[in-house]
Amino acid sequence: MSSDRGRETAPRTEYLKAYRVMLMARVLEEKLSSLYRAGHIKGGVFLGRGQEALSVSVGINLRKGDIYAPLIRDQAGRMAFGDTALDTLRTYLGSQLGSMRGRDGNIHRGRPREGYYAMISHLGAMIPTVTGALLARRFRGETGVVGATCIGDGGTSTGAFHEGLNAAAVEKLPLIMVVANNQYAYSTPNDRQYACADLLDKAAGYGVAGHDVDGTDLGACLEVLGKAVAAARAGGGPQLIVGRLLRLVGHGEHDDASYVDPALKASHVGRDCLKVAEDYIVENGWATPEEIASWRVEAKSEVDVTAAKVLREPAPDPNEEEWMAISETRLQDNFAA
Amino acid sequence: MITYLDAIRSAMDEALGRDPRVFLYGQDIGSFGGAFKATKGLAKKYPGRVMDAPLSEDAIVGIAIGAAIEGMRPIVEMQFADFSTCGFNQIVNHAATLFYRTEVSCPIVVRLPSGGSPGGGPFHSQSMEGLYAQYPGLVVMTPGTVEDAYSMLLDAVTIDDPVIFCEHKFLYNHLRAEELPKETTPIGKARIVRHGRDVTVVTYSAMVHESLAAADELREDGYQVEVVDLRTVKPLDTDTVLASVARTGRLLCVSESFPWGGVSAEVIARVTSEGFGLLDAPPQRLSAKDTPVPYHPNLWSSHRPTANAIASALRRLLEM
Repeated sequence: MSSDRGRETAPRTEYLKAYRVMLMARVLEEKLSSLYRAGHIKGGVFLGRGQEALSVSVGINLRKGDIYAPLIRDQAGRMAFGDTALDTLRTYLGSQLGSMRGRDGNIHRGRPREGYYAMISHLGAMIPTVTGALLARRFRGETGVVGATCIGDGGTSTGAFHEGLNAAAVEKLPLIMVVANNQYAYSTPNDRQYACADLLDKAAGYGVAGHDVDGTDLGACLEVLGKAVAAARAGGGPQLIVGRLLRLVGHGEHDDASYVDPALKASHVGRDCLKVAEDYIVENGWATPEEIASWRVEAKSEVDVTAAKVLREPAPDPNEEEWMAISETRLQDNFAA
Repeated sequence: MITYLDAIRSAMDEALGRDPRVFLYGQDIGSFGGAFKATKGLAKKYPGRVMDAPLSEDAIVGIAIGAAIEGMRPIVEMQFADFSTCGFNQIVNHAATLFYRTEVSCPIVVRLPSGGSPGGGPFHSQSMEGLYAQYPGLVVMTPGTVEDAYSMLLDAVTIDDPVIFCEHKFLYNHLRAEELPKETTPIGKARIVRHGRDVTVVTYSAMVHESLAAADELREDGYQVEVVDLRTVKPLDTDTVLASVARTGRLLCVSESFPWGGVSAEVIARVTSEGFGLLDAPPQRLSAKDTPVPYHPNLWSSHRPTANAIASALRRLLEM
């Protein structure tokens, strides 16, 4: 098990690149929140505030050809893996032109053909799925690829988490299993979620390598994820990474999170990872506060322009919809109208 | 002679030989050859492609989905159809929704050793085709003959959508054929296994044989019973059913699954709404009893429809 060794090693360029993605994800989510409040988004909005450092560190360590099945708070990781503000907005707003074409929304988007899987809501389900994808890669003789999937503390209680992690361990597949321990599953606190001392204990239980990381510290996250991904790529089998952090918003934008313990907010895990990263950048002289402010303005402008464009895009038309749940038209069941 | 089980094994053997994208995954299916020996000898013949899975139905189906997204053609075995409930989420929420959501198809085959056998009891005897057929996005096959077991499983592997393959355990060693078929009936087409003019029985899987035995019984009373084997319950071949009812005017649906809802209810709903005028009597159905499947053979043999029970139901229907 590697320990959280803090912030000293991540190189400047990687750190700044990761920070810019985090910032973009944060700004984009601020826009999503505002569109939600304005009634433009029909379904729920789920934000990753407080989890961007851990999330971006997963996405940034993946390469083209890897597999990524992100979770609801992984906007930053998604963007690091290649997802765009345009497709995020299209999916949330139900645009016909989005990757899900209005058939699925918000955070369930993906492009499976590009290794970017579209999650289902049943938490943990993507763990065996990514395991199967990695098995397929091994059948094809591909080496050096990894598959990453994410869960929260609540998701570690589901059968799919245990079954998937166990199966990946049995097959010694390069699965990166990231747990964002954000202290609450919806409103349920950790002491009602699990009784083991540490979620990392689950790694030993399945014979997989475990890594603990301070999820509020971008440098630490980049370092630990870099190490875990490299270990899996090199044939070291599944890697379980547990990030300690606090979800800084409600479960969704409909949730005021009034149940969150104020003592947790005031503690180390309650730090805002974006602010921590900004301070680190400024302390190191890698950028001035003015430069960071200008990056934010730049991001905001791009998001605003994109949102305005998507708001004018066509909604799906039920009369144009094919209403086919299977790909083989000859096997379509012929119901009476 | 080739049994229904041999036919299933031969289909998998052929699929593995034909297409390097095919692999088998499931509990005890490797060198042990599976709980029913459906995969006997295949692990040795196709090293690395017939894999024992941990006892994890959710993971087994999830792994198949992931492998399918990456271009493989997995066939997974649920040791008993009943155990597929532990993989239900992956089947109905993930495999079944994938194409509609993402335009990426999900060519997996989930083999369900289905139906009752003496001593099977409540957790090793269920018929779940109606449950899976309820969900958009799944193809549900219920072969009732050795020939169909073979040809339909071979077809299932080539289909780009998730197939729930309900093979009947009771038929595994009871049903025999001279040889494997050279020609096949297309998937989604029902087959009239016996022509008759007086009454139509619509059924599938093991109940085809009970229905044929009942038809024999009624022949002695001078009735000609038409027996339609649905073969696949989704898609459901409404046209063949309606054409048969048009000839006979009477319909009995026979299924081994629980009575509430299900395939029989669907067939009757379609016939009454699309072919009401063809009916000379109210359509009837005969299903298993509305209790869990019992263990003792005395109870079990009366829990599911038998040839006698089907014959009685037919007599009542013919008198209406």
